Order: sequence, then C-alpha cells, then structure tokens
Amino acid sequence: MELLLKWLPYILAGISVGGQYALIAIGYTMVYGILRLINFAHGDMFMIAGLMAVYLATALPLYITLPMVLVLTVILGCTIEVVAYRPLRTAPRMSIMISAIGVSYFLQNLALYATGGLAQTYPKIEWLARTVNVFGASTKMVTLVTPVLVIVLVVALVMLIKHTKIGMAMRAVSRDFETSQLMGIDINRVITVTFVIGSFLAAIGSILYFTNYTGIMPTSGGMPGLKAFVAAVFGGIGSIPGAVIGAFVIGICENLIKGANMTTFSDAFTFVLLIIILMVKPTGLFGEKNIDKV
Amino acid sequence: MKKKVALLLALILVFSMFAAGCGGGDDEAEYAGTVKIGVFEPASGDNGPGGKQEALGVQYANYVQPTVEIGGETYKVELVEADNESDNGKAVTAATNLVSSGVSIVLGSYGSAVSIAAGDVFKEAGMPAMGITCTNPQVTKGNDVYFRICFLDPFQGTVLANYAWDNGMEKAYCLSKLGDDYSVGLANFFMQAFKAKGGEVVYEQFPDKNSDFTGYVANAKKQGCDVFFSPVSIEAAVLIIDQAQAQQLGMPILAGDTWDSNKVAEAAKGTDVEIIVTTFYQEGGNPQFDEGIKAWMEEDSTALKNNGGNTDLAAVTAMGYDAYFVALEAIKAAGSTDPAAVLEALPNVEYDGVCGKVVFGENGDAVRDVAYVKKCNNETGKWEFLAEQTV
Amino acid sequence: MTEERLTTGCLSKKTKYILSAASIIAVLVLVWVLEQNIPPTSQWSMLFTVIKKGAIYSLVVVSMNLLNGFTGLFSLGQAGFMLIGAYAYAIFAIPVEAKESVYQYYEPLIGFSVPEILSNAMGGAGTFGGTMGEYLGVIILMIFAGLITAGIAFLIGLPVLRLKSDYLAIASLGFAEIIRTIFQWDGLGAVTNGSNLLRKFPTFSSSLFPLIVSGLCIAFIVMLINSSYGRAFKAIRDDEIAAEAMGVNLFKHKQLSFVISSFFTGIGGAMLAMFQATVNATPFTSNMTYELLLIVVIGGIGSVTGSVLGSFLFIACSEWWLRFLDEGKFLGMEADFMRPGFRKVVFALIIICIVLFYSKGIMGTREFSWDGLISFFRKLPSRLLNFFKRLPGRIVNFFKGLPGRISGKVKKLSRNTKNSKNNHTKNTDNVKEAR
Repeated sequence: MELLLKWLPYILAGISVGGQYALIAIGYTMVYGILRLINFAHGDMFMIAGLMAVYLATALPLYITLPMVLVLTVILGCTIEVVAYRPLRTAPRMSIMISAIGVSYFLQNLALYATGGLAQTYPKIEWLARTVNVFGASTKMVTLVTPVLVIVLVVALVMLIKHTKIGMAMRAVSRDFETSQLMGIDINRVITVTFVIGSFLAAIGSILYFTNYTGIMPTSGGMPGLKAFVAAVFGGIGSIPGAVIGAFVIGICENLIKGANMTTFSDAFTFVLLIIILMVKPTGLFGEKNIDKV
Repeated sequence: MKKKVALLLALILVFSMFAAGCGGGDDEAEYAGTVKIGVFEPASGDNGPGGKQEALGVQYANYVQPTVEIGGETYKVELVEADNESDNGKAVTAATNLVSSGVSIVLGSYGSAVSIAAGDVFKEAGMPAMGITCTNPQVTKGNDVYFRICFLDPFQGTVLANYAWDNGMEKAYCLSKLGDDYSVGLANFFMQAFKAKGGEVVYEQFPDKNSDFTGYVANAKKQGCDVFFSPVSIEAAVLIIDQAQAQQLGMPILAGDTWDSNKVAEAAKGTDVEIIVTTFYQEGGNPQFDEGIKAWMEEDSTALKNNGGNTDLAAVTAMGYDAYFVALEAIKAAGSTDPAAVLEALPNVEYDGVCGKVVFGENGDAVRDVAYVKKCNNETGKWEFLAEQTV
Repeated sequence: MTEERLTTGCLSKKTKYILSAASIIAVLVLVWVLEQNIPPTSQWSMLFTVIKKGAIYSLVVVSMNLLNGFTGLFSLGQAGFMLIGAYAYAIFAIPVEAKESVYQYYEPLIGFSVPEILSNAMGGAGTFGGTMGEYLGVIILMIFAGLITAGIAFLIGLPVLRLKSDYLAIASLGFAEIIRTIFQWDGLGAVTNGSNLLRKFPTFSSSLFPLIVSGLCIAFIVMLINSSYGRAFKAIRDDEIAAEAMGVNLFKHKQLSFVISSFFTGIGGAMLAMFQATVNATPFTSNMTYELLLIVVIGGIGSVTGSVLGSFLFIACSEWWLRFLDEGKFLGMEADFMRPGFRKVVFALIIICIVLFYSKGIMGTREFSWDGLISFFRKLPSRLLNFFKRLPGRIVNFFKGLPGRISGKVKKLSRNTKNSKNNHTKNTDNVKEAR
C-alpha cells in the first residue's frame, strides 16, 4: 500500500497524459486505417488547436472559445485533407507522406511566425486547472477528468462505427478500398468524416493536454504526435481500442520511468517499445493481419 | 498550372537576389558616418523572452544615446540584430551574418550555449564580442575576443549554495536542461559548492522540448528535498511553477539570474510557490534609469510587448543598457569603427553603469563580487529585494 | 530526354571528360579566388557559408536519395546517423590539452587526439609535415566516422530493413531518437560529454575542403548507382517481387544500400561538426530529417544532380536570400507582417507548392549531361520565340476562358458534395499501388 502511495503521483500523471495521447492516437489510427497514410501533420494540428484557444481567449470568454476551437480545428483538418491529400489520391504513397511532412513543416513555421517563437500560456480553465487531492497526492482536476472523458468518447465512437450507416461505410473502406467503391460508397465523404472525427478528438485532447502542461511552443505538437502514433502502432493500427490501450501504456510507463530517476530515457522508451512491437508483432496488439497481394 | 508555379518561383528567387544584393545606403547627411553594433540575441526559441528583454536594454540605450563621437566627428549608431533562435547550429550562421554586415562590435547573447557555439566565428573574424548576461565560464575562456560584463556561474552557484545552506536547507533537488550549457553549468557549480558545505543533492535533467514537469516535481517531493534548484529558461520556469502549485511542492524554488523576469513573477502570482533568485540589478537601484525606460516602454508598444506586457524591469534589460554604453566607450577609446581597433581598446575600458562598475579582469570577464538576492511576492507578483550577497 | 540524347549526342566521350574536368577546376579556382578577395566583413561573405553548408548538405541529401530515391527504402533515420558521424569525429579530434576545458564535469575517457598524434609524428605543430599530419588525421577520422556510422547502421538494418514502407519509416525515425537520447545520457559523459557541447576540435576555414570531400563522395555514389549494384537497387525500388524473381537478393541489397548511405551520411555529419565548430545532440531531431527529405523532393527523387542543386538552393534561400523577408524591408516596401519568422512561412509554402504541383522536383529522375545542356541551349532561342509568339494569344485565351472555368469549378464542387463518381476510377489505381 505504501509502495502504491509512493508511486501514485506518477500513475495519476501517466493516466492523464495517456488519455490525452489516446485522443490524438485515434486520429492517426483512423486515417491510417482508411488512407494508409501516416498523417504527420496531425500532431501539429493538435498544437495549432492549442494556439487557437490562446488567441481566441484574449477576445472571447471561455465558453465561446472552447466550442470555437473544436469547430475551427475540424475545419482545419478537413482543409488539410482537401488541399494537401486529396489531389494526391492517385500518386504513390510516398508522395502523400511527403505532402504530410510538408504540411507539418508549414504549420510549425506558421506557429513560429504567429508566436514570434515564444511560448504561449494556455488560458486557465478554472474548473479543470484547480488542485485536487487524491489519496494524499495533489494533482489537477484534469487528471481525473481525462480518463473518464476518453472512455465516454471512445464508447461513443465505437457505437458510431458499429451501428450507423457511415460507420459501416468506414469499416468497409478500411477493409477494402476498391470493393467498397464498387459498392457505391462515397469514398471522399467517408474520408472527410474520418478527418472530422480525428480533428475533433485532437482538439479535445489539446484542451486537456495544455490545461495540464500550459506552455505551447511551435514544436509542442511533435513529441505528443509521435508518441500517439507509436501508441496507434502498438495497439494495432486501424484498431481504436488498441490505440487507446497503447496510449495509456505509453503514458503510464513513461511516467514510471521518470519516477525511477531515469528521466533522460522517458522519451526514448516510447521508441524502444515501438521497435520491440514491430519486431515481435508487427500488426500490433489488436491489428488485423495484412495479406500482401501480388 | 505547373509552369505558372515554376515561373512564380523563379520570379521570387530573382527578386530575392536583388533584395539581398541591394540594401544599405541610408541617408547620412547629418553624420560623419554610421557605426554598427551587432545585437546577437535569441528572439525565438527557448530563450526568446529573455533575449528580447536583454535586447530591449540595448535598444533603449540606443534611443537615449543615438550618436557617438569618434575623433571629433559625430557618428550615428545603428543596431544590427541577428536572431540566433536559441539554437547552437543557427547561432553560427547568425554570427556569420552579423560579421558580414560590417559591425564594429557584437553584444550578447542571452544564454551561454549560443555564445560558446558562436565564439569561434567571432574569434576567427577578430570581431570583439561582449557577453551581457551569459554566465558560463566557457564563453570567455580561451577566447581573446569574447568579453563579458556580468558575474560568472562559479560565483553565482556558490552564492546560491551558501544562501541555501545558511537558511537551513540540507537536501537539494537540482534540475537542468539537457544540452543547455547555462543550466547544466550553473547546476554543477551549485552542487559542487553545496556538497562542499555538507549538503546532499539529487540531480536530474529534462530533454529538449519537454513541457511535462509532473515527474520532476513529484521526484523532488518523493526524495524529501528541502529546496528545488532549477536555473532553467523562463519558458520552463512558468511550467515548473504551474506544476509546483498543482502538486503542492512544499519547498522553496531557488534559481539563477534567468528567473529574474516579470514573466516568472506573474506566473507565481496568486500561488503559494516560494521563489528566490540571484540577479544583477534591483529595480530602484537607479531611479532615473527606471523612470526613463518605463516611459519609453509606455510609448513604444512593441517594446512593451517584448517586455511581456508590463513595465516591470528585468535585470537583463539593465545589463543590456550598460553593455551598450561600454561598447560606445570602447569605440570612443579606439577612435575608429574598425573592429580590430575596438578589440584593442576594449580591455582597458572602465564604465560606471546602472548595475555597478564594469572593469575587465582575467579572461576578459568583468570583476564583480556582489549578487542581489530577490524573492517573489506571491500576492503582488513583483520581486522584492532580500539581501546583497557576496561569497 | 533519352530521345534528345539520341538525336543530339554529338560530343565524343573524350570531349565530355575534358569539359567536366575543366569546369570542376574552374569552379574550384573561382571559389579560391573569391575567398582571397572577399573579406569576412563583406556582405558577400555569406556566399561561403552557403557553399560550405550547401556542400555538406549535398552529400547528406545525395546519400538520402540513394536510399529513398534509388532503392525505394523510405528511411527517416538520417539525423541520427549524422549525429553519430559528428560525435565520432569530434570525440577523437579534440586536442589533449583542450580536453579538460571541454569535458568540464567528467573525466575524459579518450585521452588522445588522432590529428594531434599524426601531426607530432610527422614533425610537430608549425612545420609543414605537422600540418600535413593534421590534415591526414582529420581525413582518417572522417573515414572512421563514416565506418562507425555504417557499422551501427548495419546493426540497425538487421531488424529494420525487414519492415514494409511506413513501418520502416517510423522505425528508423524511432532509432534516430534513441541514438540521440543515448548520446545525451549522463552515464556516457566521459566519452560524449553528456549533453554538453564538444568543441575545440580541428575545423576547416576554406570552402574548398567541403566542396572537394563532398564532390569525391558524390562521385563514388554516382559510380555505385551506375554499377550493377545500382541497377539492382533500382529494380528493388520499381518492384520488389519482380526483382527477387530475377535473382536479386533483396535483403542483402537493401542492407548494402542502407550501410553505404549511412557511411556517407556519417562523413557529412563529421563535416557538419567542423562547419559548426561545436557539436551537441539537441539539434539532430526528426525535424532535421524532414528538412533533408524535403530537399530530396525539391531536387527530384531519384536524381543526384537534383539533390545537389536542391541543397544549394535550399541553403541559399534559408540562410541568405530570403532573410530580407524577416527584416521588414523589401524593394523599398515596408510592411509590418514581415517580421522574424515570415521567411520560414513563405519558404514552407513554396515547398508545399513544389510537393503538390511539381512533385517531380527540379530534375525529376533526370541527370545532368553535357548533351542535355547543349540541346537545351540549342533549343532555347526557338523555345523562347515560340513562347513569346504564343503569349498574346494565351493571355487572351486565359481571360476568355476564365468565366467558364470559374463556373466549371463551382459546378464541380457541388457535384463533389453530391457524389464523386469520377474519382472512383482514379482511386482504383491508387489502391492497386497501396496494397
């Protein structure tokens, strides 16, 4: 019990950050499931969502800012898809990936220009940022809210995918792009919906993440983005529950490593995990087996 | 479509070459000529806020004293700024850029690492450079062209360690940033001095671009330390204070000169985090300077923004102000705008500035033996003077 | 291009060699003369920064192109390999008496310096032999840096090269990050100086050095590409399964390409260390790899000439030509929006445009050849003439067609929202390629 209490702050921090990674990871895993594209710009979109809140909050009250951030991020996500990915549908996969890297480069530089390279402080959401006590460990309210919210959102998302028409279309497209087209599924619509969901969740993730770690820099999206992607690979790319479990595993392990006074390696651990999973089980925990067709 | 884009690109390139080729050619009718002073400061990246505040001091000094007498003729002083982006790689090109723009002397930089990285460029070009607040000994050691007007980390680290020990703190948690010579250096000198006193230390480093300080704050608590020593950048400071409040750190945070900034004080406002720093200048030390620069900032909206939105002074700003005048003294003494002549004149310059007297001693370091200890008032969000500390 | 070569291949092989040799010598002499005449305080001295950094980047980008463009391995580990090269050079090159001041907080484990040993062996500092010894030491160390990098690449390649495209990319990216962390680790402080700067090692001051070294290395890569190995690489890129069926050992060739590419990346890293005069691990992030990848794309995936051109253009733009965008003044115009950072936004936009509209880059998969150059200039007058002849008509057509095109776009948009039948056929091709 004493041991648990000693490690509790780290576990709490891990669950919290894991939940935030999970929200980003879902965007990665869904896009990859359908387009077979690593959307390198996803992490940067998450950062831009944070910056939007900073700038909007200077002029508007929070209860307008936050919904607007959600809407604007969704619009941004769809715009990126239409401008940078749609024209390259027929191009080789490497081109789309390079386009994604180009967009990421652009978003980072845009943020650098807008902020003048200075860290911005995220607006304080009183209810989420206040200090609470959990079994003797002090933490922010957001730590407790995050896992609950993540579970609610994931359940809702799984319901959407399992029981609605568009969800069925998404499953079909991710299973077989070609055949689903022949069946009359509007591919572009499915992809747009995917990006809407991904961006929406990334925006929620950004609100939670930046309430916890209040500084936003142009490069803030990079590391969480990469870690979320690793989480998606770990859980089996294309699988939503897999991505969520992967994200929690990464978040908790990372913080436990910090607790063991090995802070230098907390970031590298994520990549070690990635390489191990790629070596041992390349399809991830819940991934479906990929069959190479000649 | 492709052709049009290509044409557009080609046009942009041609234009840009023109623009790079031209440039310069100011109207200099009233003056005998222009003397350029390079301002080598980070305007972006980790040390962006600090670099901007330091540059503010130089800009204000230039506003107060825009001309200099050289050999009986009045020269206009022009500031040439180069952003080193708080990045060791970019620092080299920014420095080369400054040298190639024909400056007589270079001031800066905030953050020792970039100064060390760019030191060789200045050395090779024989360009005199003057550090304003870069406190790592490596900046000037073995470099004949680098001077500095502030105290050094071995001094500052000892002062901080003495302060901690004298106030009954026996176990210190030290945190520095990987690859940042300033914080690693100061933390090491602090630990040396603190251990010599009989204290115990826990040392950790956080990686670049890290914004999650939960683990570090939790570690300090878990280890049962008495003081949290983190001489890191302002950006990180704000995040550490936020986490310290969330987790109820319960021990004072001790830091070096970087934390003496209104941004840090603002972050601590309304919390119960105790912050103590050592610094170069105490607001109120020279009322005339204080009033002048505050009035100037009220007028100039960009300056106000660069200072973080209010007119509370950072010590680095006062140091920047002094550095500008030391540079002018050197140019006057040299009687020429030639960097080589300025370099020769610089070691013998003496100047009485707002932060005390500047006299260059060994290695081109200013002789300084006093640091001011300040504490943050959590209610007002202002710095309060605590003590004057010598070794 | 091939067709043109058939019709205008008028130069004999001998003439081409003479032309190449002459132009290389001319460039080197020109750089040397410029270096003697432009003082470092002139604004044109930025030219040398561009030449030095451009030459170093050329080598790294060409070796990345060997991997991504010629072998079709989408690897994103470049920054990590540069880091190894830079450290391998710096650690063994720091003079003994400087070690103490560099390794401030550690006891240095490597107590010797290769250039120094050779310099002393060949006559001591200050003498001609000593200087030559130092040069020899530097060159040996650079090769050593390449070998170390290649060795580590070999080990990383064993597991990583068995992965498929995206997984390969992300795994190599992961390895690069792990390498960066290891080099920053306190525990290795006695060797790597922890996360602190390594400096005071011998560097170059003349731009000729990186030009010549990069030139030789790139020449070697070109020879490799034109050999039977190169043909095997291209076969793997075009179709792995077909290549395997033709008897190409897939893994062996991938490993070979990976190791050779890393070898030259390591040498590039060593030169970057010399250029910067200091090394630490912080800047070698994935962003650096992305930058290199974007240069490969700008130059043309699969073109060595393109990579070299792209590198010089990229460095010149980012370090020199586009700086005016940050300074708020442009051809007499002053604008508030031009403040620090604007340069990078414009730059990023240009890059996205290239990726989207001009995906072949400057050169596509073509290479420089004297025949191509001559035929280009031969056809230039007639091309220009044609262009200007047609220009008035084109402009008129453009404005005539404008209303129609706009309404067409609107219609297309509304059609897209209803259904997108015409996209379906296109998508089918994509799917074939993707799976």
